[in-house]
Amino acid sequence: MKVAVLKGGRSLERGVSLRSGARVEDALERLGHEVVALDVGGDLVKRLSAERPDVAFVAMHGVGGEDGTAQELLEILGIPFTGPGAAACARCMDKSQAKHAIREAGLPTPDWFAFSQTAFRELGAADALGGLEQRLGFPLVVKPSRGGSSLGVKFAADPAEVPQALVSAFSYDDRVLLERFVRGRELAVSVLGDEALPVVEAIPAAGDSYDFEARYEIGRTRFVCPAEIDPAASAAVTEAALATYRTLGCSGFARIDLILTADGPQILEANAIPGLTDTSLLPQAAEAAGMSFEQLVERILDLALKPAAA
Amino acid sequence: MSEVPPPPHRRRAHTSTRDLERYADLFAERTTVMRSSAMRDLMAITARPEVISLAGGLPDTSTFPPKSFAAQMTRIAQESAAEALQYGPTEGFEETKDCIVEVMGAEGMLVDPHDVIVTTGGQQAIDLVCKTLVDPGDVVICEAPTYPGAVPVFCSYQADVVQVECDEAGMRVDLLEQLLEQLRRDGRRPKFVYSVPTFQNPAGVTMSLQRRQRLVELARLHELLVVEDNPYGLLRYGGETLPPLYQLDGGDFVVYIGTLSKILSPGIRLGWAVAPPPVMEKIVLGKQAADLCTSTLTQYFVREYFAEGRWRQYVEDLVEIYRGRRDSMLAALREHFPAAATWTEPQGGLFIWATLPDYIDTGDLLAKALRADVAFVPGQAAYIDERGRNSMRLNFSGVSDAEIGEGIRRIGAVIAEQVELYEALTGERAAPVRQAEADDGADVLPFRKTGEAGG
Repeated sequence: MKVAVLKGGRSLERGVSLRSGARVEDALERLGHEVVALDVGGDLVKRLSAERPDVAFVAMHGVGGEDGTAQELLEILGIPFTGPGAAACARCMDKSQAKHAIREAGLPTPDWFAFSQTAFRELGAADALGGLEQRLGFPLVVKPSRGGSSLGVKFAADPAEVPQALVSAFSYDDRVLLERFVRGRELAVSVLGDEALPVVEAIPAAGDSYDFEARYEIGRTRFVCPAEIDPAASAAVTEAALATYRTLGCSGFARIDLILTADGPQILEANAIPGLTDTSLLPQAAEAAGMSFEQLVERILDLALKPAAA
Repeated sequence: MSEVPPPPHRRRAHTSTRDLERYADLFAERTTVMRSSAMRDLMAITARPEVISLAGGLPDTSTFPPKSFAAQMTRIAQESAAEALQYGPTEGFEETKDCIVEVMGAEGMLVDPHDVIVTTGGQQAIDLVCKTLVDPGDVVICEAPTYPGAVPVFCSYQADVVQVECDEAGMRVDLLEQLLEQLRRDGRRPKFVYSVPTFQNPAGVTMSLQRRQRLVELARLHELLVVEDNPYGLLRYGGETLPPLYQLDGGDFVVYIGTLSKILSPGIRLGWAVAPPPVMEKIVLGKQAADLCTSTLTQYFVREYFAEGRWRQYVEDLVEIYRGRRDSMLAALREHFPAAATWTEPQGGLFIWATLPDYIDTGDLLAKALRADVAFVPGQAAYIDERGRNSMRLNFSGVSDAEIGEGIRRIGAVIAEQVELYEALTGERAAPVRQAEADDGADVLPFRKTGEAGG
C-alpha cells in the first residue's frame, strides 16, 4: 500500500513531529508499505495529487497539523487519513472549546475562564481578573488555548504573577485559559479505535511539579505504565477518557490527559494526534497492552481505511 | 553530475521504551545532566529557509576567495599528499604552532611554541581543560551570562558551576573576590575561572583593564587558574586594544584558548590551548586519549594559508564587514526596540545582548518571533539557573545588513505587542523614552544591576 506520511510543517512542534514521522516511516517500511515522506509545506496539495497515496498517515503536531487544517484538505482530496477527522481535531486543539463540550456532556473538568487578546487590549478585561482569580483560587494555571507540549503553560502562585503568565501564554495563541489548579496524580489514557489502552502516570522529579517544561525533558519526569492505581480508580479514569473521546467526536486514536484527584478524575485536555516518538505516551501504552510499534501503526492504518470495522 | 544512490545500509528499528530501559542502567551518572527540551525543539524551526536567523554564531565564510582555497589545496595535493593524509603529532605540527604564535603575536602576546597544543577547535580545548582539572563536584566559576557552548562541557564533567554577574565592563571581579573568599571559608577550592574577557559571547562586553589586572592578581593569590577563551580578540571595530589576560599574567596562572574559527574558518576545526608545562603535559595525555591528533590535512591547509602572508588582510576585510553589520544592528535596535529595552554596544566580536522588561520571557517570545519568521537565542541558554529569561543574544556576523534591519524590525514588533499587552493587563505605562538619553550621548546600560554574585 502507498502511504504518505505527513510531518513537520510550520508548527512550533515541528521537531517532535519530524521524530514521530521518521519513526512511523521506518515501521511502515518494515511492514512492507511504499512510503512517501512529506514535510508539509506550500506544495502539499500538489504533491498529494501527484502521488495519489492510498492513505495518509498524519504525524503532525500542533497548529497547522493537529488542528484540522491538514485533515480538511485530505477530506477534500478524498484521501483516507489516520486519526480524528477535521472537526474533531479542531475541537481537541482548542482547549476552551473542548472543555465546553466536555462540561456540557456532564464530564468533570477543572473550572476555567477563556480570554482573547482583544478582550484585554480593547475591552478592559484586566478589570475582571481580580474576581476570576478569587473564583479559581491560587495557584492557578495559565495556558494558551491552542498549542501542544508544555509550551507557554505557566503556574501563577499569586495575583502578581498572573500578568506575566498571560503575556507568556499569549505568545502562543490569541486566546488563553485561566484554569483552576487541581491536585492529584497526572494520568494519560490513549484510546485506539474505541478501546482504551493501559493508563500511563507521569511522575515529575522532586521539585519539578510546578515546571511544565520538565514533562518534556528526559530524566526529569518518570512515566509508569500501566499506572499503579486501584482498579476502581482505573475504571473511572478509563471511563472518563472514553466518554471524552466520544464527546469530542474522535476516531482512530487520541490521548486524553487527566488528573486523578481525591474526588475522582478531572479531564484536562484531549490530544488528537499524540506523539509517536521513542518516549511518547501512546506507544508506551500500546506496548503495555502487548502491541509492538509496528502492530500499533498497522492498527492505526486499518482504522483509517475501515472506520466501521473499528 | 549523476546522482549516486546511497550505499546499502541497515535501518535500525526504532527503540521502544523497554529498549531504552534496557540501556538505562548502563548510562554514566554524567548523562543525567545532559537534557533535551521542548525549547530545543523550538530551535529546530529556526533552520527553515524563510526564517531570518540572528540565533547563530556563524562567521561569514562567503568572502573567502575560492581561487586561493583551490590553489592552496592543490599545492598540498601535489607537494605533500602522503604527509597530509598521515597521522601527526598529538601536540600538533611545529609549523602550525608557528602560525599560532604569529596570531597571538598580533594581539601582543609572546608565546613559547612548546607551551602550545593544537586542538580540534577551541571547543575541544575547553573539554581538555575540564578533563585535566575537574573532578565531579569541583567548583568551576564562569561569567553570568556565559558562553552557552561551555555549559554542557562543564556539566558533562559534573562540575559545580557558579556564575559571577557581568556588567558593561565584563565580569564583576569584586563579586568574584567575595565569592572566592566565601569558598575559602567553606573549605572549597575552585579549579578555574572561565572567562571570555574580550567581546564576550553572549554579552558582547569587554573586561576593563583594571579588572583584568585584578583578575590575574586574584589567580596568583588564590593559586587557581584562569581559562581565557579569546575567539574574537582580533575582530575589533572600535575602541582601544586591551592586553589579553595571558599577556598580563605571563602564562603562569592563565590557560589561554584560541581558535581560527572566527578569523579563517570554523569548518576546518582548528583551535589551540596554551598552558604552563605541567598542565600542558596532562592536556597532551588527554588529547591523545580523545583523538590522537588534530586533522593533519587541516594543519597543512593552515600552513599554506599563512605562508601566503595575507591572513591579516583577510581579518581586516572581515572587520570592515562586521563593523558595518554591528552598526546596522545597533541602528535597527534604536529604531525598532521599545524604550524599556537595553542592549550592549560591543566594540568587537559577533554578538549583541539585549535585555527586555523583566515580565517578558524570551523563550516564549521566540515562539511568537518564529511566527514572524525571525529567530534569536533566548538568554536562558547562557545561565545554569533560571536567570536570563528576559534577555536574548543577537548575532550580526552571519546575516546581511538588509536582513539584520528586517530581523530586528520583526523582533521589535513582537516585543511591542507584549509590552502593550502587559500594560493593558497591569495599567502600567511605558518606561521613559530612551531617545533623550541617546541624545545626551550617554551609554546605554546593558544590564539591570542586581549586585548579586551567582550561585
